[in-house]
Amino acid sequence: MRDVAIIGVGINRWGELWESPLRDIFVESALEAIADTKVDHLDSMYVGCMTSGLFIGQEHLASLLADYLGQNHLPSARIESACASGALAAKCGYFEVASGASDIVMVAGVEKMTDVGGDGATYALSTAADAEYEVYHGVTFPSLYAMMAVEHMHLYGTTSEDLAHVAVKNHKHGAKNPLAQFPFEISVDAVLNSIMVADPLHIYDCSPITDGAAAAILCPLEMASKFTDKPLVRVAGIGHATDTIALHQRKELSWLEGTARAAKQAYKQADIKPQDLHCAEVHDCFTIAEIMVIEALGLVEKGKGGSAAKEGTTALGGKIPVNTSGGLKSKGHPVGATGVAQLVEVTKQLRGECGERQVEGAKYGLTQNMGGTGGSAVVHILEAI
Amino acid sequence: MSTSARYTREIPQRYRLEAAKCKGCSKLFFPPRLICDECGGKEFEPHRLSDKGKVVSYSVVRIGPSQFVEQVPYIVSVVELEDGVRLTCQVADAKPEELEIGAPVTIEFRKIGEEGDAGIIHYGYKAVLDRFK
Ligand SMILES: [Zn+2]
Repeated sequence: MRDVAIIGVGINRWGELWESPLRDIFVESALEAIADTKVDHLDSMYVGCMTSGLFIGQEHLASLLADYLGQNHLPSARIESACASGALAAKCGYFEVASGASDIVMVAGVEKMTDVGGDGATYALSTAADAEYEVYHGVTFPSLYAMMAVEHMHLYGTTSEDLAHVAVKNHKHGAKNPLAQFPFEISVDAVLNSIMVADPLHIYDCSPITDGAAAAILCPLEMASKFTDKPLVRVAGIGHATDTIALHQRKELSWLEGTARAAKQAYKQADIKPQDLHCAEVHDCFTIAEIMVIEALGLVEKGKGGSAAKEGTTALGGKIPVNTSGGLKSKGHPVGATGVAQLVEVTKQLRGECGERQVEGAKYGLTQNMGGTGGSAVVHILEAI
Repeated sequence: MSTSARYTREIPQRYRLEAAKCKGCSKLFFPPRLICDECGGKEFEPHRLSDKGKVVSYSVVRIGPSQFVEQVPYIVSVVELEDGVRLTCQVADAKPEELEIGAPVTIEFRKIGEEGDAGIIHYGYKAVLDRFK
């Protein structure tokens, strides 16, 4: 197996891009990633997308997007694992390069979510849960995460205010990210006084509906300096695991075993410990999600995630800054693109390109992307060389 | 939401809480499966789950999907039945403030929703707090 480097990243406008079709949203980010390198061709491409079929009535994205990228006939695959589709596409590209099968591979993610109304989006997203045994009974994603939150509160004393601090922290970071969909700060009171979606989750505990894409170019580390003059970033570790998609089939609702297993693999491959990380981008689709994820990643002890944002542990300047990009909460959450966007942010951190939100001297950064209530999880660890 | 074939094939679970018991290790599966993840066994016998259980967690849906929009706010819950099997369902006839983790419930057969137009009415299980019984 060869070492793999990320040599180029691209991320474009995120938000409600009513005037732009999915193919253009993808191509803008993909071209930016290519322009970030000196490559003159691609050998292959993987695109993560959760459900373009339900959002825009279009499947067969692999071929459509290769064509519109000006790469007709390129081997291309579309990867789906709910909201973890993007990171899983990156994993596929990683192994294609690591194996020696290809040298220059694009990994990307895209989602166009605003062509349907709120109800259409709720339905499309709900397909990441068990259609017959969860959704049939009227549960929604906010209510599934709410049930995880209720258990976490019961077991560990986590409060609504603790949850609010996650949103406040991520908006504070996102305010320093010009690309974020909601690049402004919010207060704890604003979160707690926002409308209740599913008790105890307020609307400001939830990530938004977003159109957006992200892309990265991978190549063997030994060739990387040929294709970029920027600081080199190595993929040091990858982990991937699944869990039941029905939340009720897990012993503990508030423990993300899939993420814990994926993280264990990634740490082992990278040969580092959670304490060695300088930054992390994690899947805060809801505020409670970030709390559970940092526990599963070993960034804090099990049960201690609730107070991390409030105490500043996970803020810029804290022990381990989490979601310097603003996270899904402030930056936006075009579901299939999120996992790749996390890799874009950590790559920029390791290259020292994050401006006001830069973590000084960042050498190791982690990304964690998950689908549904944690039924799929992919963890990457990146290293500045 | 469902075609009638799709609806009909789930009826044993939705109407009668029919689970499958592994003949090798007695693990219960709801809904039934074809292979046991505990012992690898492929032979099962039908098992009617207990209708008694307790609340594992719950939430109140205040913004619901279109099929349930007339029911909001409604309570959803993960319930653990006496057999140890867990399932997701609504809690009927209760106020949010009456819910708590560990609250004893009984599973009842109720209407879940309607498909709209000339569609079929969906039935299934809901939990009811035992203090009302
Ligand atoms: Zn068995």
